[in-house]
Amino acid sequence: MIRFTEIALQLFLLLALAPLVTGCIRNWKAKLQNRRGPRVWQPYFDLAKFLRKDMVISEHASWIFHATPHVLFISTLLAGLMMPLVSVSAPLSLFGGVLAFVGLLALGRFFLALGGLDAASAFGGMGSSREMTIAAMAEPALMLAIFTVAITAGSTNLSQMLLASQAPTGQLLNPALLNPAHLLAFAALFIVLLAETGRIPVDNPATHLELTMIHEAMILEYSGRYLALIEWSASVKQLVLMALLANIFFPVGIPVQPSAAGLGLSLLWFLAKLFALSGAVVLVETTNAKLRLFRVPDLLTAAFTLAALALLSTFLFQ
Amino acid sequence: MAANGREGRSLIAFSAPNALQTTQLMVFPSPISLLKLALCLYGIGVVGSLLAMRRDRVANLAGFGSALLAGMLGVGASVTALLCGSPAQGGAFELWPSHVPLVTFNARLDPLGAFFVLIVSLLAAALSIYSFGYVRGFYGRKNVGVLAALYNGLLLAITLVFTAANAFFFLMAWEIMALTGYCLISFEHEKTETRNAGVLYFVMSHIGTGCLILGFLLLFQAADSYSFESFRALGERLSPGRRDAAFLLFLFGFGVKAGIVPLHIWLPEAHPVAPSNASAMLSGVLIKTGIYGLTRVLFDFMGTPPNWWGVTVLTLGTISAVLGVLYALMEHDLKRLLAYHSIENIGIILMGLGASLMFLHSHHPVLAALALIAALYHTINHALFKALLFLGAGAVLQATHTRNMEEMGGLIKRMPKTAFCFLMGAVAISALPPLNGFVSEWLTYQSLLQGFGTTESLVKIMFPLSGAMLALTGALAAACFVKAFGITFLAQPRSEHAAQAREAAPTMVWGMGLLVAACIFLGLFPTTFLNLLAPVTEQLIGQPLPGFLSRTGGLVLGNTQELGGTVSTLGLALMGICLLPIPLVFWLLFGRRSQVRVGPTWDCGLRGLTPNMEYTATGFSKPIRMIFKALFRPRREVQREYDYSPYFAKTLRFQSHIEEAFVTRLYRPLNRGILRMSRRMRALQAGSIHAYLIYIFITLLLLLMFAL
Repeated sequence: MIRFTEIALQLFLLLALAPLVTGCIRNWKAKLQNRRGPRVWQPYFDLAKFLRKDMVISEHASWIFHATPHVLFISTLLAGLMMPLVSVSAPLSLFGGVLAFVGLLALGRFFLALGGLDAASAFGGMGSSREMTIAAMAEPALMLAIFTVAITAGSTNLSQMLLASQAPTGQLLNPALLNPAHLLAFAALFIVLLAETGRIPVDNPATHLELTMIHEAMILEYSGRYLALIEWSASVKQLVLMALLANIFFPVGIPVQPSAAGLGLSLLWFLAKLFALSGAVVLVETTNAKLRLFRVPDLLTAAFTLAALALLSTFLFQ
Repeated sequence: MAANGREGRSLIAFSAPNALQTTQLMVFPSPISLLKLALCLYGIGVVGSLLAMRRDRVANLAGFGSALLAGMLGVGASVTALLCGSPAQGGAFELWPSHVPLVTFNARLDPLGAFFVLIVSLLAAALSIYSFGYVRGFYGRKNVGVLAALYNGLLLAITLVFTAANAFFFLMAWEIMALTGYCLISFEHEKTETRNAGVLYFVMSHIGTGCLILGFLLLFQAADSYSFESFRALGERLSPGRRDAAFLLFLFGFGVKAGIVPLHIWLPEAHPVAPSNASAMLSGVLIKTGIYGLTRVLFDFMGTPPNWWGVTVLTLGTISAVLGVLYALMEHDLKRLLAYHSIENIGIILMGLGASLMFLHSHHPVLAALALIAALYHTINHALFKALLFLGAGAVLQATHTRNMEEMGGLIKRMPKTAFCFLMGAVAISALPPLNGFVSEWLTYQSLLQGFGTTESLVKIMFPLSGAMLALTGALAAACFVKAFGITFLAQPRSEHAAQAREAAPTMVWGMGLLVAACIFLGLFPTTFLNLLAPVTEQLIGQPLPGFLSRTGGLVLGNTQELGGTVSTLGLALMGICLLPIPLVFWLLFGRRSQVRVGPTWDCGLRGLTPNMEYTATGFSKPIRMIFKALFRPRREVQREYDYSPYFAKTLRFQSHIEEAFVTRLYRPLNRGILRMSRRMRALQAGSIHAYLIYIFITLLLLLMFAL
């Protein structure tokens, strides 16, 4: 059933790896733009700094402002606990599958949007409005791609989906994974990853201009330890969505029986997949410009079309 | 289990709902007697409040007090009927003897009816508690006795609709329900918009009732009797043409009442103008009578359906869901927004029903039962959280004297308990874990996922596409409720009324609190609640619950089909509470010396933020309005008054207007066509008596020829 050591280890992995992925993406983006860029460990230092700093809270804020970082943090961690990272079964795989995963991320986003409206600033309202719109456009593509994978795998349970695409022993990668449905669903989910984590071309994570920021606008009033929790949650969400892409679509090196050596090897494979995905995200961010807000639905409709094509491929090539 | 459903007290063997194998004997009054007592109490409520018309307080206490008692008795009756009733108890009993031939007032409490009686009774109890405080706002202004009498009358009629055992009685109760509904909607008839809304509701309701009468006549022709018992599985014996005609008539008739697109235009007009406790009853239960009717006809009477029925219902459900939420996003009238959300949720219920019909056609009774459970679970969930939201809106309306969200704001500090209850309702309706909306949407997703493997035809693409549209409506609903809660309760007050709002009366908060507790219970303990739904699917489809849904240790809800999945909202909630210390640990490690200061919101260095500078509801939904421009076709008008240059305007007037697509494209042309035709036919009324005599003669000739 529930083993607390597994939960503790997975929590540690989530909290420790998330800032590293963010740091890598920033550093490589800078290098690709011919800058030196911040060091890869910078987000850890940022988090420590935020935790130490004083907080200034708006006089118009209510208890929602105080509750939002905690709800966001906890819902993102719960979603992360349901995702298989290095072993086949996640600690909370019995408590929910991919539908609960999406629901928990939606819960965090709901409260974040409310927190943005709470401080009575126009920036926050704008950020909340845009964030909820983009999330609404991204949901059908996300669900359709997930449904395609779930139908092939026979379950909405994430561990089941991983097992279904696992390679037979001896081989590294299951050749059946290279069918059109799988690849199209991967492409659709990659676009949804860009939208959900607020990367270019959907949102610029490094800007504070009111015409261009979405996620940053909602958290503009946060400071101190609340900001640390929110930034950490955003990194964990990014890590968890990348794990969804990496582990469900390319479950390379995940041991069927968990042993210490097997888990260690699986962790190395996981890191390799994460870095590959981060590299892809960096490439997309550097080679594209941020889209106008009203062009983003076009991009997400393209993701929906890819997911629909993936579904049709399942139907045609069964 | 021995059960005797007739008069008086009887011994009923009560088997414990979980895996305990022992049975306990409990002395319990029979459900039928509880139900009769509840109906009597509703009647006493009607009479009592009318008698006490002159004294507002007495009428309030008498009317809503008896409704509260009757509601509690109704809950008791339905729960006992569902948990320990046997099929024999579903037999019809006579409510009171009728001396009119052909008309019998037979009622029965079978599992489907008992489930819906549970919904109406639970809502009656919570709404009555709320009403004690709410109608105090009407003292001296309006007639509280009449309001309480209409309220009890509506509840009585709805309970009779759910328990009627023959078509005549059903239609009589249906009509009484429509009439009391109309009276409640037009309660504040001084305003023009209320009168128009009432008339629109009246006309649409009767168009629907007309179709119902035709449908029941079709069934009567085949069964030679009006009782529902004789209608059972009648569809097998009807010819396909009549069967399809009956299906379309019932879909139209019950669809008008349920608010299915495109028959929904009365809903956004009628629900906002009624008093808020009546709005909650209308949105919570009145539209569920349409769902009850559809379930009764399609699952009890019609037998195995052809595939296109399920496809039609699924498509209508998907369209209703998406359009309902899109129009809701455009509203800044709080109660109109909630009314459009009712249309959306009815769409979700229909998606479950449509999927169930398709599974029945392809002979997968297990999957059909799963889809039906998803639809019925969402029915009670929607009743609970929609009523909660309307009650909250009523409290806000009473405090700020406006329904317009653009004039509210900052109410969370002035009405904290109402704000909390509204927030819980908003989280529930956005299908966020761990509340009840998430559980029923999870069940709906599971049943839609199953559909892909059941047939070989192209129709199976519909299931995942409907699932994707369901995801769209869920996300749009979350956006809409961020707007509704955020603009109404958060930030600074945007008007004088909002700045001086006061917390709602204690009984109002208790009424809302009861519904919050029910939402939390249905969200965290779905496994326990499914015990109440099991007899319904067993009656309608013949599929017992353990066949397809497992409830490990009462904690985890699992789908044991080929495409399985598990969820445990209670586990997630408990785990979430266990994770709460983590931020605390980090604060202790790093930030023990940090302080918290209160300061102004960042205002770009200006002199401080005014409420004008906050985000508005119209602004919040602008991105969606732009994206779906083709559907909404917004018309905007900007007027600028200036002396020297348009860049230095003295006044600026902005007007944006959206009219519903169905009203402009379907109903207005239809109206104009009918009026045009009637103007042409006016030529027949020549005024000459000779012409009229000739008309009578011709009609007589035609009838004689037709009869012979």
